[in-house]
Amino acid sequence: MKVGVYLCQCGGNISNVVDLDAVEKYMDNGDDIVVIKQSSHMCSGAGQKLITDDIAAQKLDRVVIASCSPQFHEKTFRAALQKAGLNPYLLEIANFREHCSWAHKDKPEDATQKSIDLLNAAIAKARLDYPLEETKMKLGNEVLVIGAGIAGIQAALDLADTGQKVYLVERLPTIGGNMAILTKTFPTEDCASCILSPKMAAAQAHPNITLITDAEIEHILGHRLHFEAIIKVNPRYVKPEIDMDECIGCALCEEACPVETPNYWEQGIVNRKAIYIPAPHAIPYKYLIDPETCLNLNGGSCNACVDVCPQKAMDFDQRPETIKVEVDSIVVATGFDIYDATEKHVFGYGKFENVVNGLEMERIVDHIMEKDPPRQVGKRVAFVQCVGSRDEQIGREYCSRVCCMYSVKLASLLKQAKPGTDIYIFYTDLRAFGKGFEEYYKRAQKMGIKFIRGKPAHFTEDPDTKKVTVLVEDTLSREIIESEFDLVVLAVGLGPNRHSEKVADDLKLARSEDGFLKEAHPKYRPVDTLVEGVFLAGVAQGPKDIPDTVAQASAAAAKVIVALAQKEFSLDPMLAFVHPELCDGCEKCLGVCPVDAIVMNDDDKAGIKETLCIGCGACISSCPTGAIDLNGYTNEQLFAEVEAALKSKKPGERRAIVFGDSGSTYRLADTVGVRKMKYATDSRVLMVPSGCRVTPKLILFALSKGADAVLIGDSPVKGNRFEWAWDFTSANVESAKAKAAEAGIEGERIFSIEFSAGDLAKFIETMNDLSDKMARLEPIPDDKKSSLFDLKR
Amino acid sequence: MTDKIKKIRLTDRNVKFLEKVEEISGESITLCDQCGTCSAGCPFVEEMDITPSQLMREVLLGQEEVLRARTTWICASCFTCTVRCPRMLDVSKVAEALRQIGLRQAIDEIDINIIDREEYRKMPTIALVSAYRKLTG
Repeated sequence: MKVGVYLCQCGGNISNVVDLDAVEKYMDNGDDIVVIKQSSHMCSGAGQKLITDDIAAQKLDRVVIASCSPQFHEKTFRAALQKAGLNPYLLEIANFREHCSWAHKDKPEDATQKSIDLLNAAIAKARLDYPLEETKMKLGNEVLVIGAGIAGIQAALDLADTGQKVYLVERLPTIGGNMAILTKTFPTEDCASCILSPKMAAAQAHPNITLITDAEIEHILGHRLHFEAIIKVNPRYVKPEIDMDECIGCALCEEACPVETPNYWEQGIVNRKAIYIPAPHAIPYKYLIDPETCLNLNGGSCNACVDVCPQKAMDFDQRPETIKVEVDSIVVATGFDIYDATEKHVFGYGKFENVVNGLEMERIVDHIMEKDPPRQVGKRVAFVQCVGSRDEQIGREYCSRVCCMYSVKLASLLKQAKPGTDIYIFYTDLRAFGKGFEEYYKRAQKMGIKFIRGKPAHFTEDPDTKKVTVLVEDTLSREIIESEFDLVVLAVGLGPNRHSEKVADDLKLARSEDGFLKEAHPKYRPVDTLVEGVFLAGVAQGPKDIPDTVAQASAAAAKVIVALAQKEFSLDPMLAFVHPELCDGCEKCLGVCPVDAIVMNDDDKAGIKETLCIGCGACISSCPTGAIDLNGYTNEQLFAEVEAALKSKKPGERRAIVFGDSGSTYRLADTVGVRKMKYATDSRVLMVPSGCRVTPKLILFALSKGADAVLIGDSPVKGNRFEWAWDFTSANVESAKAKAAEAGIEGERIFSIEFSAGDLAKFIETMNDLSDKMARLEPIPDDKKSSLFDLKR
Repeated sequence: MTDKIKKIRLTDRNVKFLEKVEEISGESITLCDQCGTCSAGCPFVEEMDITPSQLMREVLLGQEEVLRARTTWICASCFTCTVRCPRMLDVSKVAEALRQIGLRQAIDEIDINIIDREEYRKMPTIALVSAYRKLTG
């Protein structure tokens, strides 16, 4: 083995503090180190040429560079290695600038010592490096869009128009989602179905869209731009068009059917038959039989529809079909459920016949405008805002964003259709934030709709007239209003669609505290998820109105196109792998992997699915034989790094080993250095992909090799890119503490801490406290150290 | 804290009163956002029993007692509220409408026949004008 070591002066940024000549003198001086060179700027062309020339001339097979943090120039140097024909993963970087010269400017001797330790650790790790290859994965152009409301339809159309092949899957028998139920839309009062129907028809007609309705996602497997979905398609019990005896839509069956049941699309205010077309603008526009209410399908002998059907199109023997699709990307557009107001007894919903919810009112108002109302609304109508929103009693802290405006809309439409109606809107805060909303609200006020600030607290029904008496404070006049209304409309809020849970769980999508699906970053990655290739659109991600939903759906489509435009992508090789000779097939690891990347191979040994593994390292501590390992951070490498970093420790000195996750803690230490903020010099921060990569054995090994304390830093639970990391980290820390206690070593030497990338003051305080703590504790006696742990692996 | 909390029932009569004030004043009372600009800017607000915005609210709720409020009579129609209202409402016109309704209902606060000379000197001009107008109207 031939190792080349390059010390970067960084134009004095390093060499003015760290004594690089002393580093050369006292560093690991193994026989395999054939080159040691200094350069003013290793990242410059001249600096890189030093490396490439030496690789050619000296046949170097490992390169160690002492320079700035790997976050700055690791890519540069890897490219240089590759150019010289050396595998780019045979490189290690010692962080001399951010962690040493800048952070400890005032203590050059300590900075130099820390530099030597970090360099030795890097050399030790480099010796155990081996070539890694990035697996190239081919990308197709197939996309699964889950949910065919306006969000799903819009995303599907944008994707299909750019040539992607789209599977648009809808749970209900018609596409269109909740928007198809609405009457007109705010603030423009466009008719919802009039502006939605053309899009629904376009989705059905598009050659690149396969529409799968009345279907449920049974299971989705996959991660990172390759997914497999099992979809259960429910039977319609009416033969499809391709048969000769197809349904011709004559409606005779519907007239003949004796069963009446509430029509979902009409929100139950109008009934339908057991054989029905879901809505006048349904797509697909085909009859189907509802298996829950059809007499024949429930063991009865009714044959009314078959008797009248000229085509004999019914087929009661149809069974659910399961289809499997393989896709490269997924758009989750699962939408919402309205709040179930029966949960909140005070409003009398479900108990009083004249209390309805907002979605029912959409249909009622629609029928009033069509002049065929199945029910009257009476003279005096109240709208109650924030039902199921902004109410911590029911665990919904958030604002649903659309209820103010839909109430204003429904009130305005009602007032226009029936000008004599006396309408009150009881609100807590009236939120009219969108384009044209305030103007629309003002128009409603001008029409004479009365806005009363106060939340109704008490509802009673007159047993004879069925009118509802409402008690509410007008918090502006501070008067209590007790009044009787012919109709009370509850402006119910939005919650995540309860049918979306399966999809979210299968895809391991995170949820925000409000229960909606969580975006990867609230500002910069608003439609992405933390799962590569899965994007969010519409209310599934959080309450929003139609324009925002459409914008987000198009954004999600664009992000899919961006992802797929790569045509192929490289898998980061820093993934888990199995040493087959060590695996005894105990299967303990199987349940541990949070992304199900571990499988048992035919030879009864564990194997890793490369396309699923994301390299968190959580599995490693689960393996009793040490058979699972992580490329780039192998057990051997981490042990060697720790040992090398502690080698220079002299009697009386204290050392802490800090394992910092690459996403947060390590970068935080960099930032502290960049800001030239000072902290105690007796810690050595080593990079790990995640806190959960640090096994109890590694912690104990560090203590046995001279560390006085071991700290694991990882990004906070909320926002950790491996959301499960802390479950493992905490367990590992506890396990290490227990073993340390057995050896008579204080538990306080081992701890973990949450660091977000901006926690500068917290980092400094932690390092200084740690230093004080180590000074206070007696050094660990040698006999305890040796009893700690029988090393290797 | 003096008076008890008032409890009101909304009936058609309330709506009629609101519509009457809207008709006479030409203003849409329901447009009032209750921001309070009128009250805070009113140069006479400290002499009033209810603020101009409270006046607007009581009218919206159809509370006829508002006719007995001193505020209507203290309002000198200086138009400060009118030029400042963000909803472009003319609050002075609403006050004037209330005065008109009050006068027509012959709600009598002043009998000019029995005013003594001392009180006569102290009286606001607008009150006198109104009192005379009532007699001549």
